[in-house]
Order: sequence, then C-alpha cells, then structure tokens
Amino acid sequence: MALKWIKKGLLFGPQMHQTPDWMDQFAQAPCVLDLGDVLRVYFSCRPKPDQKGQYVSYTAFVDLNANDFNQILRISDEPILPLGELGTFDEFGVYPTSVIGHQDGTLAYFGGWTRCESVPFNVAIGIAKGDKHGENFTRLGNGPILSYTPDEPFILSGPKIRKFNEQFQLFYIAGRKWIRVNDKPEPVYKIRLALSNDGLNWTKVNTDLIPSMINENEAQASPDVIFHNGYYHMFFCYRHGDNYRGKEKGYRIGYAWSQDLMQWHRNDDHVGITISEQGFDDQMISYPHVFLHNNKLHMFYLGNDVGRMGFGWAELEGELVIPEQS
Amino acid sequence: MRWIKRGHIFDTAKVTLPLGCESFAQSPQTLLLSDRVRIFFSSRKTDPANGKFISHICWVDFDHAFENSMGYNSSEVIALGELGCFDEHGIFPISITQADDRILAYTCGWNRRSSVSVDTATGLAESFDGGKTFVKFGHGPVLAASIHEPMLVGDSFVRKFNGTWHMWYIFGQRWLPATEHEPPARVYKIAQAHSADGINWNKNEGVAIIPDLLHANECQALPSVAYHNGKYHMVFCFREATDFRTNPARGYRLGYAWSIDLNHWHRDDSFVSLESTDDDWDANMRCYPHFFVLNGKLHLLYNGNQFGKLGFGLAILEE
Repeated sequence: MALKWIKKGLLFGPQMHQTPDWMDQFAQAPCVLDLGDVLRVYFSCRPKPDQKGQYVSYTAFVDLNANDFNQILRISDEPILPLGELGTFDEFGVYPTSVIGHQDGTLAYFGGWTRCESVPFNVAIGIAKGDKHGENFTRLGNGPILSYTPDEPFILSGPKIRKFNEQFQLFYIAGRKWIRVNDKPEPVYKIRLALSNDGLNWTKVNTDLIPSMINENEAQASPDVIFHNGYYHMFFCYRHGDNYRGKEKGYRIGYAWSQDLMQWHRNDDHVGITISEQGFDDQMISYPHVFLHNNKLHMFYLGNDVGRMGFGWAELEGELVIPEQS
Repeated sequence: MRWIKRGHIFDTAKVTLPLGCESFAQSPQTLLLSDRVRIFFSSRKTDPANGKFISHICWVDFDHAFENSMGYNSSEVIALGELGCFDEHGIFPISITQADDRILAYTCGWNRRSSVSVDTATGLAESFDGGKTFVKFGHGPVLAASIHEPMLVGDSFVRKFNGTWHMWYIFGQRWLPATEHEPPARVYKIAQAHSADGINWNKNEGVAIIPDLLHANECQALPSVAYHNGKYHMVFCFREATDFRTNPARGYRLGYAWSIDLNHWHRDDSFVSLESTDDDWDANMRCYPHFFVLNGKLHLLYNGNQFGKLGFGLAILEE
C-alpha cells in the first residue's frame, strides 16, 4: 500500500501578505529549521521582472507557530544574503537554499545564478555561515563551494544538506545537457551526491543516484532525504525534458529509498501524493521537503508554476515505510 | 648572457591559417617531437551569429633550428564545447604536457556571460595520435571557480617535476565596474596547484604567488615554467587592468620569476627585457610567452603587438 498524504492546502505565499518589493511573488523550495516553538521556513522569492522580463531570486524566511503552522509569526524583512558581486556565480539569484545547524551556528548551501549568452543561465552551489537561529548569514567566499567538473559540466543546483553518521551529505542536481525545444535551450539535470567531513571540502560521488523513468531527458530536482524507521527515504521531483511548463509534462513528486545512501530504489507509485483536481497544485507538484515534527511527518511542496503562489502543506497519514514493508 | 631575437618567425600576414581562421596566432606553446617542434596556437574565426570572435586551436611544425616550417594541422585539433559548456565560445590557450608517455593538453575554455563578457575554466584532453588531435575528458572542466577563486580560472600550464604534477594558472579576483569608456574590467593573478595524477588538483584557494609590480589591480597571465641550469624559470605577462588595449604604456609586457624549490618565487622582470626598435612587430606589446628548453638552450616564444594578431616570435638565451 502506498503512502497517504493528507493535503492541508496552500500555507504561505507573498500574495497572501503585505510583503516588500523584493518579495513580490513566489515562495520556492521550502526548507525547515526547527527552533522549538518556532518553525523557520526558508524559501526563495522574486521581485517583479525587469524590462527584459528577467527575474532575480532572493532567499528569505517565514516563521510559523510550531504548534499551528497556519499561524504566521514573522516574515523576514531582508533577504538572508544580498546578490553576489559583478561577475560572480550568484550575481542574479540565491535559490534554492538549504540550512543546517552546525556547531554553535548554521550553514546555508545555496544555488547561485549567473546569466549567460548562449543559454539563459548557469548555477553553482555556494555556502554561507549563519548565527544559531539562522537569521544573519555571511558568505564564506565570493566563489562556489561546489563547481563544474568533467562529468558535471554545468547547473549545479538544488542543494539539500544533511548530516547522517557524523558525515555531511550534499544532495544536489547536476546538468547533463541542454536540449533545444522550439528553438529554446532547456536544461536536463539529474540527482547527484557529494560527501564531506567538514562541510567545506567535498568529494563528488559522481554518479546518478536515481534512474530516469520517463526517458533520458527527464529532469530531476529537489532530492530531499529523511532517515526514518531504519531507512533513508528520498522525496524528489521530476519532469519531462520538453514542454514541461504545463500539466501534462510538468513536475510530479517521486520517491526512492536506500539503506546506505548510495544504492537507491525508485518507486514513484509509493509516493502517495500528486496533483489535485483543482487548486494551487492542479497542474504540477514539485520541490518536496519532508520533516518530522511533533511525531508527525509533514511535507511542504510547490504547486503550479513551480511555487509562484507559494508552498503548500501535507501531512502523512500512517507510518513512513518503504514499499516492501507496506 | 643575453637574448638573441630570432624575430617574427610566424607572421599571420604571410600565411594562410588552417581551418579557415582569419587572423591571430596567440599563445604559442610547444610539443617537442624528435624531428620537429609542434607549436600550438589559438587562431580566430568570426561567429556568424553575432560577429564576435571564436578561438580555435591550430598548430604549425618547425624544424629544431626554426628555419623551416614543416606543415600545419589539416583537420580540427580539438572540438569546442557543446551548448552551455565551459568551452563553447573558444579555446585559448592550449598547453601541452608530455609525461608518463602520454600527451595531455590543458585548455582554457571560454563561455560568454551577460553582465561581464566572459568566464573561463581549465579543461583536460589527451592525444592518441602523437599530438595531432585531442580527445576531451568529459564535457566539463578539471579546474574551475571555487570559493576564493570566484571566476576566470584558466591559462593552465602543467609540468611533472620529481613525481608531482604542478600546475600554474590564473584566477580572477574581481571585475571592476564599467566606466564611461570601458566595459567591466577583470583582475587576475597567477597561482599554483598540485596533483598526484594530473586530473584531480589541489588549489591553495586564492593565493597569488607572484608579487605585483604595479599595484593591486595588476593583471598577470600565461605563466610558463621550464627547468634550466638548476633553477625553475617562470615567464608570464602582465598589464594594467584598464586602458590596456591601445595604450602601449599600459599594455602587456613580459614578467619573470625564478625558484629553486617550486614554492618560493622571486620576481625579476629584467631577465626578460628584450631589445626592441620602435617599428618592430613587438614594439608596443609583448604577451602570452612560453618557455621551453631545446638543444640545451632556454627558448622564449611570445606574441607582440595587438595581442598576437600578427603572429609570434622567438628569442633564444645565449649564456
């Protein structure tokens, strides 16, 4: 029997509140930092596009009442980081961001966006250090902490930082190729993993963790891993390589499990959540983040237009188990 | 001890460049073969899409005395990168390393950006036909931007000395904002990395190894190192960050440093102060130098005026 997620609706989006200009719309790639009575949720948002229709992204946070997620306590009044300097990897966006507690403070790993000539953009992964509550962050350098290598030539993005067994794991995506669709370049990317003892020096595992199900042009994102009941569970999203900005070929959430973080068994039928009949997530569903809180498993995720309206919330009914156990 | 100038041995105005290239023979770098010296260089074609230049790698063979040219590449030496890759918009320069009976090439791949003109990274390729053509290791670079080397990693030059692979290369420190007269201008410095296999490299993260002669915005490029008479000799070029294209007082000139241990470098530009006359091909600019030892003598290849548009020249050290 597949998992069963009970949808609780759209939880937060800039349109639902009075927000500053730099937070005009979108609340993408939610990531939770548990502060006890407060659940701090990082997300990425955008001001209105410029005259050429181009966006930049900032990362911000919203504080939820830990006992009532629908109660918004605070929205950050500044982005957690400014954009990068002229010609640096993150000059045009800080998105997505993943935060983890470390020693007396926090570490944030983020996708930094630059703009290119032949393709619209490129992304590499940066790092910033934050205070205990994850409020103020400073970059550790002007360049990326994870960059391009022979088998990962572009688009290193979607970082998800974890620490299992006294080792840091960075789940992320790496670009495989740019394909031309209707004369426009569109990126194909796959889920990857790097390992580190200190969070700074990373060794890439250099392999695709999750086999592609649609075809070789399937793009995979948001590799969100949680350890529960003796297994590693990964919730991620995937889409078609072409014409993916609509319902038919747009993002869906997938599932895989592992015992050792290296060998993953994909089983999307088990995931137990998909698009709704109607509502903010009736075209696509993506960028899952799963976390345990008050003995319940929760998922924050994006709906149509990859989070233009914000992120939604679902709660797991029953246990988080692998397909063989159910 | 003095440099004997052999002059403008490769003049682009007097030859037909391979691959339909229109002009330029930049950054001459050698592969020493038993009966010839193969000199690789970057030449240019115009991108039909937008009129911008794209650099392609070519080579020309000379005899060991550099008296006769013995032919060119007749086909593509190394492919440019695919859509969105680091070397999509040109390879300049290429540097050949012979070690462990292999012929490797370290490339500087160019990709165009929107807020600044370009970024670069170092790629790796290998030849399986004696140095005529090269096959790339993957679609991405072996050395790229990192936390304290945020941009413009390139100009890699690699030698294996005493069992360790050493790389000298450049990294960008920053882009200076555009002015009324010029687009954004880059500032880059020479650094070094080491490796056990020539593929996986350890950087020192933002450590510039050559002190500035001008000031903090001095731009240093194209380090090239040779071992000769008990010392490691490095030649490179340097310039002001702005107004360097047409103002000879601010353009590229040659720099030099020496080392005994490959860790400490002593800058002494007087070592490469070649004579010149006012109307020479290299009177206004000298750049993209290359050191190599042949017949027991230290040889210097370099470009002259207009960043090598006219080709390259040779000088030989007489001791």
